[in-house]
Amino acid sequence: MSLIESKVNLQSSSFGENRAAMMAFVEELRSQLKKAESGGGLDARDKHKSRGKLLARERIKALVDPGTHFLELSSLAANDLYGGDAPCAGVITGVGSVHGRECMIVANDATVKGGTYFPMTVKKHLRAQEIALENGLPCIYLVDSGGAFLPMQDEVFPDRDHFGRIFYNQARLSAMGVAQISAVMGSCTAGGAYVPAMSDENVIVKGNGTIFLGGPPLVKAATGEVVSAEELGGAKVHCEKSGVTDHFAENDEEALALVREIVSHLNRPPKISIEQRPVREPNYSPNEIYGVIPKDVRTPYDVREVIARIVDASEFHEFKERFATTLVCGFAHIWGYPVGIVANNGVLFSESAQKAAHFIELCDQRAVPLVFLQNITGFMVGKKYENEGIARHGAKMVMAVSNARVPKFTVVIGGSYGAGNYGMCGRAFQPRQLWMWPNARISVMGGEQAANVLLTVKLDQLAAKNQTMTQEEQIEFKRPTLDKYGRESSAYYSTARLWDDGVIDPADTRKVLALGLSASLNREWPSQTKGVFRM
Amino acid sequence: MGKAVRLRKIEKVAIANRGEVAVRIIHACRDLGLETVLLHSEADVDTLAFRMADERVLIGPAESAKSYLDIEKNILAAVGSGADAIHPGFGFLSENADFAEACEKKHLIFIGPSPESIRLFGDKVSAKQLVKRAGGPVIPGYEGDDQSEERLLAEIEKMGPPVIVKAAGGGGGRGMRVVRSMPEALESIRSARREAKSAFGSEKVFLEKYLDHAKHIEFQIFGDSSGRIFNLFERECSVQRRHQKIIEEAPAAKLDPTVRRRMAKVAVEIAETAKYSGAGTIEFLYQDGEFYFMEMNTRLQVEHPVTELVLGVDLVKAQILTAQGQGLLWAQNELAPRGHAIECRVYAEDPFRGGVPSTGTIQYLHFEPGPGRRYECGLEVGDKVSSHYDPMIAKVIVWDESRPRALRKMVETLRECVIFGVRTNIPYLIKILQNTEFVEGKMSTQFIDTYFKNGLVDVETSNDIRELAKRLESANALGELAPSGGAGVSGGRAAEKSPWLISKS
Repeated sequence: MSLIESKVNLQSSSFGENRAAMMAFVEELRSQLKKAESGGGLDARDKHKSRGKLLARERIKALVDPGTHFLELSSLAANDLYGGDAPCAGVITGVGSVHGRECMIVANDATVKGGTYFPMTVKKHLRAQEIALENGLPCIYLVDSGGAFLPMQDEVFPDRDHFGRIFYNQARLSAMGVAQISAVMGSCTAGGAYVPAMSDENVIVKGNGTIFLGGPPLVKAATGEVVSAEELGGAKVHCEKSGVTDHFAENDEEALALVREIVSHLNRPPKISIEQRPVREPNYSPNEIYGVIPKDVRTPYDVREVIARIVDASEFHEFKERFATTLVCGFAHIWGYPVGIVANNGVLFSESAQKAAHFIELCDQRAVPLVFLQNITGFMVGKKYENEGIARHGAKMVMAVSNARVPKFTVVIGGSYGAGNYGMCGRAFQPRQLWMWPNARISVMGGEQAANVLLTVKLDQLAAKNQTMTQEEQIEFKRPTLDKYGRESSAYYSTARLWDDGVIDPADTRKVLALGLSASLNREWPSQTKGVFRM
Repeated sequence: MGKAVRLRKIEKVAIANRGEVAVRIIHACRDLGLETVLLHSEADVDTLAFRMADERVLIGPAESAKSYLDIEKNILAAVGSGADAIHPGFGFLSENADFAEACEKKHLIFIGPSPESIRLFGDKVSAKQLVKRAGGPVIPGYEGDDQSEERLLAEIEKMGPPVIVKAAGGGGGRGMRVVRSMPEALESIRSARREAKSAFGSEKVFLEKYLDHAKHIEFQIFGDSSGRIFNLFERECSVQRRHQKIIEEAPAAKLDPTVRRRMAKVAVEIAETAKYSGAGTIEFLYQDGEFYFMEMNTRLQVEHPVTELVLGVDLVKAQILTAQGQGLLWAQNELAPRGHAIECRVYAEDPFRGGVPSTGTIQYLHFEPGPGRRYECGLEVGDKVSSHYDPMIAKVIVWDESRPRALRKMVETLRECVIFGVRTNIPYLIKILQNTEFVEGKMSTQFIDTYFKNGLVDVETSNDIRELAKRLESANALGELAPSGGAGVSGGRAAEKSPWLISKS
């Protein structure tokens, strides 16, 4: 197989500068993650622990197989939203290995506003269930939540993709044989009560775990009855009288051990098999990616340098290498799993779109998962291109991407602008997972472009009235747009709103993709269907 | 020797070290009824030694240069804690004469030899001179200023090939050439020079007789407080990777008794000439019936337990007693090795990936007890193996009545070790123990380069996750005591390659 030979000089000054610039991004990411991981702050954590409860992350650690990764999703959700009151959106989600098989884990963080559901909390919970559905991963809910965040009820309660959808999903997932398991490790009030109630099998912790539709204050207000939380819906009540819960645990540790035991009895079907090769590390260290990505986003570079640092043994069987060179397509292996890689190496032309459509069809036909490495300013514009029908060719690529039934994984490694985002399997095209590098930018177009478009429109309007703008006025006119795009296109803005599944350290890309690929083998892939290609 | 012995009672010992050796020292202190103070870095707040010590003083950040290697911080902390002695363990400041001297100045007893001894043996030239005076053989060589090609060729001719040409300013294997026959000598000198010039800026070279199948044999000696030197016999440490010992044993695997006696005599004479006090080790290279002095280590050795097991002594206690001027209960004519002891160093590294370090939190740890098994480990479940320090996480030592029995016991013992959370070199150790050359005791210091240069090749590349699931299940049966009630990944058995398994960081 063809090897990618790196042309990067590790000793060069540009490598060093690029590396320093990327390291700064990664440092920023780490510090943001660290902040988010601390949850609701020290006081809340102390209070939580004083009740004999483990923190959400400690629970996950005790749940997954020791010495295995936990692929956390959207750690920076709600990052800058709600006045910074909801780190991690108050719920930790991710894929972990339990008894050697992947499970989706959803753990409320009660140190964040009592684990109540903000709009982003709901979105994150639903996204976790969506991933579980697509990949056939049993769901484990570690419940410790006061239900909806009441001040924002209009944004979490009534709509289709709001709170109720969680239970709808549980019912649908259960029907499809995707196990629903919950451990009640804190309060489960009102709507929240349905998480354990809708589960296939559940566990409750003595003392801390409670389930009721209406808590003691509501009961008192409604009927005047005075009752303690434990009497109303504690572990003893639910395990001995009501039958709402199935297993009684003395403490968090025991509850998690019980959940592990439940998982061990799931009798899951074997994973689907694809032709897998021995795992070989890339010939070039993934850490070198730092120095490969130019510090100025406008500097072009060869995306094969990135591919060489992600795929097994840096082997890449390139497809149509000499045709439409602004898009690189080819077959490779990641952690032994076969993949087809589609990576931008410049702007998309008609031919690039045709090449992509062909390659995606190939992968779909051969049941080879697709990996998209996005760094795209968009499709080429101009009279020549419109006249040759670039929209028609772009549509082929979008058609192929949309209907490919193999698992798709997208990593935004640079810019993600305009229809380029669509063709390269952006969020709307439902990749199994979509990750951002910390340097990535995403918006409908670049800030400078957008500002110039608006300026041109404005100048045309003024010209019609025989007016114009001075140079200074033009700069002033553009500034708000530039500021807005600058802010809104950052990876953190994106991840806070769950436009992606998280921001990752570029050096971890190979590993993250490998975990996603491994998880995707838990459920049969849908069979191929084709739409109408506009030829 | 008639040296006036001054008794200086030690009540509290400061430990200027970490990890398993700190634990070893704490055990010795407890046996003697002494209090301990652990001088530790920020990285070591959650380790076994930290929890065992009676007191702890933080001396600096994880970085060794700012903590374990900082003389002033260690002395200040020891004085501040009211300790009256410091045990430096091995590594770090244990062979630093300035540190020993600084201790004396602050009236802290340095548990080890005098600063003069440390300095004497720390300097290669003065050590060699002393060995020559004591009648010990040194490796023949030429280090003269006459660097003419004629002279160098003549010296090589005199020693007889193989001879190694080394860059005077060198290190790390650069500027080194082995001359195996006279015709190639000139070209070797020239190329060594070229490389030396470009790498170190000087084309000066040394010559040394090249020992290409030598065994590493070292003698443990001990000077008591009255000046008597005890011969505590030899250890063999031929299994080394890049000069790092991996497996050690006592007695040596194959050594002619007359040679052993000659070596012991030289070792004792060297120590006597230096008026040595405390534990010390004289390292020799042994090849074709000849042995040569290499260096003397003026401290406790990592591999001291094998000597302890075959002789029934406690070297750390002996060090402390000697430091306070007390005598020992030993008599030379009663000291004789019995049976055979082997030590394996367990490193946190991935043997299937060329030995890259493996760091992480210990998820589960189990050392199966049994007759003649000894474990030295500074970690417990939940402790972290960081990248700041030496990756050695434990020493597994066994004793049995003969070498073959000890070998079998070691393989079994290693197989029963369970370490989850980091990868370890245990599979690698087992492979070494089963190597024919090793089993026959014929190994030389070239052993690893010959047989295990690239670590282990993972033949199990099947990624079948169902297989993995089964493995994790069976591992789970062992792991029931783990806090998570969980499964595990690293032990004596070949590790799997699911992407979910954490291999590093």
